[in-house]
Amino acid sequence: MSITIAGVSRRFGNFQALSGVNLQVPAGSLTALLGPSGSGKTTLLRIIAGLESADSGQVLFDDRDVTQLAARERGVGFVFQHYALFRHMTVAENIAFGLRVRKSPAADVNQRVQELLRLVRLEGLGQRLPTELSGGQRQRVALARALAVRPQMLLLDEPFGALDARVRQELRGWLRRLHQEMHVTTVFVTHDQEEAFEMADQVVVMNQGRIEQTGSPQQVFDHPATSFVMDFLGNVNVFHGRVTAGQLEAGPIRMAWSGYTQDEPRNATAYVRPHELEIDRHAEATALQATILQATPAGSLLRVRLLAEGYGVELNVDVVRERADQLQLRPGEQVFVRPKTARVFMPEPEYVI
Amino acid sequence: MHVSGGGTNSGRGLRVNGDPLWLRLLLIGSAITITGVLIVIPVVYVFVQAFADGPGAWWSQLTEDADTRHAVLLTLSVAPAAVLANTIFGLAAAWTLTRFRFRGRLLLLTLLDLPFAVSPVVAGLCILLIYGSQGWLGPWLKQAGVQVVFASPGLFLATTFVTLPFVARELIPLMESLGADEELAAVSLGAGPWQLFWRVTLPNIRWGLLFGVIQCHARAMGEFGAVKVVSGGISGQTDTMPLRVEKLFQEYNNPGSYAVASVLTLMALATLTAAWALEHWTNRRPTPSGKEL
Repeated sequence: MSITIAGVSRRFGNFQALSGVNLQVPAGSLTALLGPSGSGKTTLLRIIAGLESADSGQVLFDDRDVTQLAARERGVGFVFQHYALFRHMTVAENIAFGLRVRKSPAADVNQRVQELLRLVRLEGLGQRLPTELSGGQRQRVALARALAVRPQMLLLDEPFGALDARVRQELRGWLRRLHQEMHVTTVFVTHDQEEAFEMADQVVVMNQGRIEQTGSPQQVFDHPATSFVMDFLGNVNVFHGRVTAGQLEAGPIRMAWSGYTQDEPRNATAYVRPHELEIDRHAEATALQATILQATPAGSLLRVRLLAEGYGVELNVDVVRERADQLQLRPGEQVFVRPKTARVFMPEPEYVI
Repeated sequence: MHVSGGGTNSGRGLRVNGDPLWLRLLLIGSAITITGVLIVIPVVYVFVQAFADGPGAWWSQLTEDADTRHAVLLTLSVAPAAVLANTIFGLAAAWTLTRFRFRGRLLLLTLLDLPFAVSPVVAGLCILLIYGSQGWLGPWLKQAGVQVVFASPGLFLATTFVTLPFVARELIPLMESLGADEELAAVSLGAGPWQLFWRVTLPNIRWGLLFGVIQCHARAMGEFGAVKVVSGGISGQTDTMPLRVEKLFQEYNNPGSYAVASVLTLMALATLTAAWALEHWTNRRPTPSGKEL
């Protein structure tokens, strides 16, 4: 079942949580709502579930307008960040809840509960209370409970946010496989770009109640639509400079940029990812002179932190192992840094009257 | 005596905080003395007086006077009625105040404490001014043939007003700490409002609710001031147990007065014991009050 969000806005007092959001979630997709806290991603998820109402705009499931439909009639499975398990019920009773309130026959309920306990690999723990389980187990119970009623879509609010790194990694892979088997339309909220990129086939980047960009992880990563997306995707080197007639200047750096070809200079910001910077020992006119502060091996990469004293800029550069072995970089050494490529964003000009 | 400024963690419990012996003895002694003089001695004395002529005399004081019998029955019907009203109100108020954010919410929260702050006599007077024959609604009520003041409805209103905050005050912090997530989860799983209340909310708040109800009941039985104003003191009709105690005392019937007082005290002690047992029992249970989920 596909989800369509059309012009949805929501205000809490003086805080505009969502302003005119439009979004299409294809049927059977795994979509991530990615953004910093306060970006409106959780509010959007709750509006899809019917747990929060929109001030204006529409929510459609396929072609059906569900904007006015109560949460309990939407057939949506919702998983909360802090699990929200019914604390006085056993694991089995938790999973059975949705079926019991629908008055399913007891035999069917028991069979379905066993099925789900197997699915989330918690066989034999049905009679435990939630407090007797680990965080990862609790979240799996929450998933089983949401899936028990065969929802038409699954919505997850920071599902792994409260878990430690190892469990989080394990559950991500597991959820991804689960989605591949069941193909139920799934939307999850996260502030962790790694999680979004690893799991989702569509990433929606949100900021201040608006959608900045929607696309596949590859698209979003390689072609960030806005400077916010570029910044948020993290660990990026920022150069402030000017563009004139198709040429970017930032300190000694010179790069061709076809986005602006007029003669009048304009302020611009260039964003360069750590792996897009090159370190060299030979001086070059268009390279930035910098001192190595730190060099840390990280898998197949050497993460190098440098300081360009002339401009007071700290740089992060990822060097592949072979090249690092060639260069033999040591903290304190002077080297030259040059971007291989960059994404340039021009702020809207400020007109002075 | 050698007094070290802490650091000796030798398990001699009384010395841990390093206060001098005379100060500890003074504080503990005065706490025991004050409790004894203000609470224990009067309570014991009520029973000593009530049973001065033996249990037989005590029993006949309670059962042979028709007005006293009526007072016991009246208290045992007005107090539960007020508790029931306040339980329903407390649940509704706690739900509204913890699950919704609206204009005037803080005002409502403050108003909820008013019955604790206002003198019960003033509360009784207000009821008199509104429902009495000279009051705002008096003529209209008279026409409709309903008597509120100097009758059981008035006693019910006065008692309900005075004990209004107990249940709500117990539930609000509890429901605030529980949060709404479990309820939202239940709704998204298809639960209707009644299923939500009976299957999710009530099991989570049952101990707090019961504790509030017990406290409310204890206070409702003992209420004197507000009830005194609206009762009119008609023997055998509008005298509750506390009013009966006073009336018998005024009539120089000390044995009767102490007998009724002892029953009231017994009820209060039973309530306290129930509350105490409940607290101990729920504290040993891991789940209901755990905030971890």
